[in-house]
Amino acid sequence: MEIAAKNIDAHVEEEESVNYLNATHTVKSWLLTLDHKRIGILYLLSISVFFLIGGIYASLIRLELVTPRGDLLTPETYNRVFTMHGVIMIFFFLIPSIPATLGNFLLPLMLGAKDVAFPRLNLLSWYIFMIGGIMMMYTLLSGGIDTGWTFYPPYSSIYSNSQVTLAGISIFITGFSSILTGLNFMVTIHTMRAPGQTWFRLPLFVWGMYATSLIQILGTPVIAITVLALAFERTLQIGIFDPKLGGDPILFQHMFWFYSHPAVYIMVLPGMGVISEIIASMTRKAIFGYHFVAFSSLAIAVFGFLVWGHHMFTSSQSMYAGMVFSLISFAVAIPSAIKVFNWVATIYKGSVSYDTPMIYALAFLGLFMVGGMTGLFLAALGLDIHLHDTYFVVAHFHYVMVGGQVIAYLGGLHFWWPKMTGRMYSETWGRISAVIIFLGFNLTFFPQFVLGYLGMPRRYHAYVPEFQFLHVLSSAGASVLALGFFVPAIYLTWSLFYGKKATANPWQAYGLEWQTPSPPPTENFTYDPVVTHEAYDFDSVKEISDARAKVAVTA
Amino acid sequence: MSEHAEHVPGLAHHFATMEQQKEAGTVGMWVFLVTELMFFGGLFLVYTIFRSTYPEGFEYGSFLLSVPLGLTNTVVLILSSLTMAMGVHSAQTGKQGALQFYLVVTLLLCLAFLGIKSIEYTTKVKDHLFPAYTTYNPVTKEADPTNTHAVPTKIKSEVRTFLWIYFLMTGLHAFHMIVGAGMLVALIWMARKGRFNEHYNSPIEIGGLYWHFVDIVWIFLFPLLYLSGYHLNSGH
Repeated sequence: MEIAAKNIDAHVEEEESVNYLNATHTVKSWLLTLDHKRIGILYLLSISVFFLIGGIYASLIRLELVTPRGDLLTPETYNRVFTMHGVIMIFFFLIPSIPATLGNFLLPLMLGAKDVAFPRLNLLSWYIFMIGGIMMMYTLLSGGIDTGWTFYPPYSSIYSNSQVTLAGISIFITGFSSILTGLNFMVTIHTMRAPGQTWFRLPLFVWGMYATSLIQILGTPVIAITVLALAFERTLQIGIFDPKLGGDPILFQHMFWFYSHPAVYIMVLPGMGVISEIIASMTRKAIFGYHFVAFSSLAIAVFGFLVWGHHMFTSSQSMYAGMVFSLISFAVAIPSAIKVFNWVATIYKGSVSYDTPMIYALAFLGLFMVGGMTGLFLAALGLDIHLHDTYFVVAHFHYVMVGGQVIAYLGGLHFWWPKMTGRMYSETWGRISAVIIFLGFNLTFFPQFVLGYLGMPRRYHAYVPEFQFLHVLSSAGASVLALGFFVPAIYLTWSLFYGKKATANPWQAYGLEWQTPSPPPTENFTYDPVVTHEAYDFDSVKEISDARAKVAVTA
Repeated sequence: MSEHAEHVPGLAHHFATMEQQKEAGTVGMWVFLVTELMFFGGLFLVYTIFRSTYPEGFEYGSFLLSVPLGLTNTVVLILSSLTMAMGVHSAQTGKQGALQFYLVVTLLLCLAFLGIKSIEYTTKVKDHLFPAYTTYNPVTKEADPTNTHAVPTKIKSEVRTFLWIYFLMTGLHAFHMIVGAGMLVALIWMARKGRFNEHYNSPIEIGGLYWHFVDIVWIFLFPLLYLSGYHLNSGH
């Protein structure tokens, strides 16, 4: 009740029509905006472009692999194509995907704040991201890189004639955008919560973002210094990683994976946060075991820093180190499984509605489970020797990254689309495309598990004819998947102009972001939010909105 | 609410109170310092690995560095930490004159450090130790193609690795000093305009945190780089 008691002024009617989108219209007002919501939209547009470019490279890979012989691309070109696919998708799409778009847009709203703690830093991080991105586009046009996204020396030092230095510098720059976002979010969560918004009343999305920020802050500086050293090594011939100059290539792998393994969790923790929000709202139940789900995010972030050696079982790493890394890698399955079990327990006996976001959430559950379980195969020391650098690994991480993060990102985008744009999309098309994506994804990547198990190595442009059937299946699936990504692009754009106007809370969901108009006004709330209920208290939703309506009428 | 907030000088629109703004700034700086720690941490790791791989080369490389200059710089930086702390204290007690004085002294000490560092760097270049040395004789302190006292051939590439790590670590540190100098100039400018008093001084406090961090990094760099080969002095 208290939520509405304060400061709803007489301008309620007017304020509903003035929002962050239509407050100002100039290009300058967008490019110099300090509003977290607009910065979120800027990120959304930028990463969509990068997703398209990364997707084009993926299509080239799948097209080449339709036939066993390398007839479309030369081996050198193929190396560049899969490297650019990995680099763009990871550094320029997956890592910023949920944090920088949905996170930027929602975090202050969920906390009941007017903005993130450092709005200027927030805009700066977008500009840094764009500078890194444009440099990477230049890298791509001036020949690309052929080292694989992992940049292992000596591939990346003496044996590469491609633009490794330039790519290294653009990843270095982009890393700072990720650090600044993480820093901003962490401080925002610590200091900008509305009165009554205690840590254990926070939506689980916020917990996911907090764990993500922790990784961004602790991990990203290490990859920054690593790629900087690599760039110096290539230009100035310092012997840090190159054995020819007295360096240690395994040291690079350690430093690279010290960031890049936790970065894998940057690419799934935000998705898990989104899924918690969707499942709670679409089943109208509080998430089962809130504290466990919240702490499992932190546990994943912490464990994530202790398992990097499982990428190096076949390197010259000590076998005993390998055993410890294997054991801790198995331990990561525990917090991940806690989440999955608790989501399933939440759905059980809930009043489930199968709207588009929920279809994505269910797809996430299935795909993430396959991705996670196959991760255990790879964490096993002996089995990994057989599966290392095969398509089994490729399938595994696509199940986690695409089946996890991309599916969650799309689910979240649909879930909060009415809030972000003030428009409803076509529910029918939403459901159809969610199903197309689910089917296309499985058709693309499931055959790759089999291929990998049979011995098909990754990063090869040609293969023995026995594997052709499975490769053709995979390429056919990729076409379906591409169609699945294309359809939402059309109906979501269509909805911007012709979609039904969204109400403040179209899903009858719980959370501060639903207690302000869609789209929200520039200052987020026309009143000072005070939180008086536990998270996901759906019984209170009607009570809260009734109370706000009553105050509005009397005013 | 927001109209009301604009009356408080120095309070940004999105914060409810000065306390919240100050807390955000302080937490932000601490988190930033953690990222800095990880950033330098990568280089400390590289140092540790190669020192254990090439102990001889590191010893000899360390011997090539000037301990008197390094020690002077250490004293300069510790002094600057003291003056910065005095500056923060002056800001909190509202002493405008003392604040400006201490900030200016800190800036001068910072410039002194950078001056000494640049002398060290130029000496290394003059002695042909950088970017790639060939003929440096550490005893006669001259470039001498025929000398017998030059770096033993066996550990030449190891010494080279040490010197590169020295330049990377101290270079990154010097870069932070330069950023710190810019920060001090901004703080002095704000202090001269009378922006700080007992109630509003968080930029000084937060700037102080950064300054102490940069100093502490040097406290670790000095013994690791300069002192690990110091005992060789008696042998030559």
